[in-house]
Amino acid sequence: MDTESTYSGYSYYSSHSKKSHRQGERNRERHKSSRSKDGRGSEKAVTIQAPTGEPLLGNEATRTEEVQDDNWGETTTAITGTSEHSISQEDIARISKDLEDSVGLDCKRYLGLTVAAALGLLVFLTPIAFILLPPILWRDELEPCGTICEGLFLSVAFKLLILLIGTWALFFRKQRADLPRVFVFRALLLVLIFLFVVSYWLFYGVRILDSRDRNYQGIVQYAVSLVDALLFIHYLAIVLLELRQLQPVFSLQVVRSTDGESRFYSAGHLSIQRAALVVLENYYKDFTIYNPNLLTASKFRAAKHMAGLKVYNVDGPGNNAAGQSRAMIAAAARRRDSSHNELYYEEAEHERRAIFPSMARALQKYLRTTRQQHYHSMESILQHLAFCITHSMTPKAFLERYLGAGPTLQYDKERWLSTQWRLVSDEAVTNGLRDGLVFVLKCLDFGLVVTVKKIPFLVLSEEFVDPKSHKFVLRLQSETSV
Amino acid sequence: MSYIPGQPVTAVVQRVEIHKLRQGENLILGFSIGGGIDQDPSQNPFSEDKTDKGIYVTRVSEGGPAEIAGLQIGDKIMQVNGWDMTMVTHDQARKRLTKRSEEVVRLLVTRQSLQKAVHQSMLS
Repeated sequence: MDTESTYSGYSYYSSHSKKSHRQGERNRERHKSSRSKDGRGSEKAVTIQAPTGEPLLGNEATRTEEVQDDNWGETTTAITGTSEHSISQEDIARISKDLEDSVGLDCKRYLGLTVAAALGLLVFLTPIAFILLPPILWRDELEPCGTICEGLFLSVAFKLLILLIGTWALFFRKQRADLPRVFVFRALLLVLIFLFVVSYWLFYGVRILDSRDRNYQGIVQYAVSLVDALLFIHYLAIVLLELRQLQPVFSLQVVRSTDGESRFYSAGHLSIQRAALVVLENYYKDFTIYNPNLLTASKFRAAKHMAGLKVYNVDGPGNNAAGQSRAMIAAAARRRDSSHNELYYEEAEHERRAIFPSMARALQKYLRTTRQQHYHSMESILQHLAFCITHSMTPKAFLERYLGAGPTLQYDKERWLSTQWRLVSDEAVTNGLRDGLVFVLKCLDFGLVVTVKKIPFLVLSEEFVDPKSHKFVLRLQSETSV
Repeated sequence: MSYIPGQPVTAVVQRVEIHKLRQGENLILGFSIGGGIDQDPSQNPFSEDKTDKGIYVTRVSEGGPAEIAGLQIGDKIMQVNGWDMTMVTHDQARKRLTKRSEEVVRLLVTRQSLQKAVHQSMLS
């Protein structure tokens, strides 16, 4: 019915695809559109270029303004059958699910883990091998070595135990994020350990195994020196990986691109990707949840069909349209899910009317007015009510959750916690932070612009105050009538 | 009434016996006191020696028990019912005067005119 080509949602790839996949599918299309003239409710400005055959550079994504979704109760979520690439509702759900569960990047992560584990095992077994090999191979020729060796065995055993516990404490932690590039310090340390152990083995192989050295005490002391050196490398690892970035040197200003909410965080000498991790961890607990409904400026009830999601694909010929439209539809599907929940929530409300009628209706009305209705489903409200009653909380405590927007962590994790973020930076992400650096963390709905500012060099000088100079006695003269 | 530290204080005193007047729940004497070892002696308008931290009578209400008994403004109270008032805090002085169990207080007060009168009588 409209001649212009419009689509709601996002006109870039969902961020799940691997970089290598992206290399293959570079052919993005962007359409030119014009704003609807009769002021229909949804303003979707999509910046576009004519489709090109060459791969497009960089990680840019065109920003689209959010879909107006004031009338969530009345929006139709139809993809009309007239579009070229219409797919059914189930397909959309399936696509969005698929993209959520992509497993593309895991092999890179597991590769790193296995290399580190293998190296760790090798390193741990080396001193034991050093000590055990001579008795196994040339026991008869070895000089007996009594108390001193036993003492050295004991020390090797305990040092290995300490090393084991320290490595477990430091490194055996569940990886909490998947970073785009390898962590430079960790890689350097692995290389260092590898070279170190290799050189020890070389020396051992040439000077001890080949020549069948008979001085067993010397061999054991060699093994002890290896373990000592390993402990020192462990200390180096702690300092490089953990301690160096504790002292705050930079102050990161994080501004959300959609509504301008901003916070400041302190960071030490980190690489950009680790600073991005720090920002994201704090983002989820400090920033209020992103509410697209609050960004809308105008309400136009007549624009129901525009607020709905019709996906047309009107592009040039010879274009591999299926792939792109799937991406577009999938990106739009995320929006669809929320509107579906809202429809269900409307229906469910009729069912539970028996339970908390007046409260439920009033609360829903309030939520609708403050445009928070899509964060709280009926079940979650009832669950929260049961929770508050169980713990004898006051009504105010129950309402506190709905009165204002809280941080993202407060809400249903599966729906609102985006696990896919893209780090957009014009420098290599393993570079260290420096003053004036700017990078952007993008997720599907919005972006976080991070500016790095160096904490200024502080000059503290001392001023001595004589304690007698500021002590005084208050002298009164009171009069009491008796 | 100059006071030399370390030496006993000597003064010519007058005995004043005040019968407290009952006003509702309280027993009042009808005068106001000022001074004390925790107060600032330099602000005392009645003392001859501005380092004197004794208790002085700053105001006598008209027709009250104190005026009837002969207490005058500017008197320094030396004793109350046997209790010393030359080295007490302001609040201690108040408490000693306003004991609910006592209906009569016997004060020993001194004033400069007394000293002069004694001098003159001695000279003549």
